[in-house]
Amino acid sequence: MNLNPFTDPLVDNNPISKQILGICSALAVTTKLETAVVMGIAVAAVTAMSNLTVSLLRHRIPQSIRIIIELTVIASLVIVADQFLKAYFFNISKQLSVYVGLIITNCIVMGRAEAYALKNPPWPSFLDGLGNGAGYGLVLIVIGAFRELLGSGKLFNFEVLRLQTEGGWYAGNGLLQLAPGAFFLLAALIWILRTLKPEQQEPGR
Amino acid sequence: MSHLVTLAIKSIFTENMALAFFLGMCSFLAVSQKVKTAVGLGLAVTLVMTLTLPLNHLILNAILKPGALGWLSDECASIDLSFLVYLCFIGTIAASVQLVEMLLERFLPALHLSLGIFLPLIAVNCAILGGSLFMAERDYDCAESAVFGLSSGLGWMLAITAFAAIREKLHYSDVPKGLRGLGISFITTGLMAIAFMAFSGIQL
Repeated sequence: MNLNPFTDPLVDNNPISKQILGICSALAVTTKLETAVVMGIAVAAVTAMSNLTVSLLRHRIPQSIRIIIELTVIASLVIVADQFLKAYFFNISKQLSVYVGLIITNCIVMGRAEAYALKNPPWPSFLDGLGNGAGYGLVLIVIGAFRELLGSGKLFNFEVLRLQTEGGWYAGNGLLQLAPGAFFLLAALIWILRTLKPEQQEPGR
Repeated sequence: MSHLVTLAIKSIFTENMALAFFLGMCSFLAVSQKVKTAVGLGLAVTLVMTLTLPLNHLILNAILKPGALGWLSDECASIDLSFLVYLCFIGTIAASVQLVEMLLERFLPALHLSLGIFLPLIAVNCAILGGSLFMAERDYDCAESAVFGLSSGLGWMLAITAFAAIREKLHYSDVPKGLRGLGISFITTGLMAIAFMAFSGIQL
């Protein structure tokens, strides 16, 4: 069995660092590890299912209205994911607020449906969706772990580094909890990744 | 009236769509090589946001909200269609983008040519869907949602234009190999976000 469509997007062809897709939500939901994990799972599920559905329909979708059809498929799947989160993980769903809905316009889901599922049979498409979702989730978890640990001294809400405000020794780095910190962390992650894997570097202009 | 001005200032500067909520980041990074195209995309986003936010507000309050169908008959007042919010919002946005494109092609062909490929892409720009979802979450009324749409579109345009201008200058700098392209763009955006944070606390 060929698992390449699944393993390739995990690191080598990662949607965030290589394909530059799905960055909006990657930064917004990573202030805590918990939300990052849930978001990663939700996106992986939606991408896999939407790739599967689009691939099954690929011979029946007219070229001119394919974007609307893809959007409808994706939006329906996101509704299911949203209702599921609201029913079983209400607190996390509140913290994610609009970003669950924004999975619809997450470029990864749309991009993979356009670039892969429209041209390939269902099983590889499903794996490709799962792999891209997992690659996205991986980046989210790394960034989320750093932001929560260094920003508020916790992991999964469990105190690891005791903050000075609570009588400990660690001075929380507030910048990491704010928007700019997320940008810097992602830049650092990409820098490390591209130094280790020079073939991902962009050519100089 | 004054609270509308405050809302506008807030959504242009302190709660900038791109720099504080990370919305529309994909096109923000992809279409900021040149100032000219960045302005074009910013204009298109502003136009579509100003159009779709009040429209979505109407749909939300007249059809989707729990009890909103009460104007049909008393039995309909118990219907709650709010789970359809995503599907309706994205439908409205896709349809308005199509409409704007056809109108521009007919009446302003020059602008249509310069916006070109960006118009259809806007349908999947998260800043626009995000704007509508924020409107639903924060319960804006009709005037507020129109102002919010216009000003967050302008804020997004301001951010992408400034970013494109910085990127044009970055051509001449010697960036470490691993940081070229995406990496340095993120650092620049982070610094811009810090700069925009200086606006916070401004009240009119």
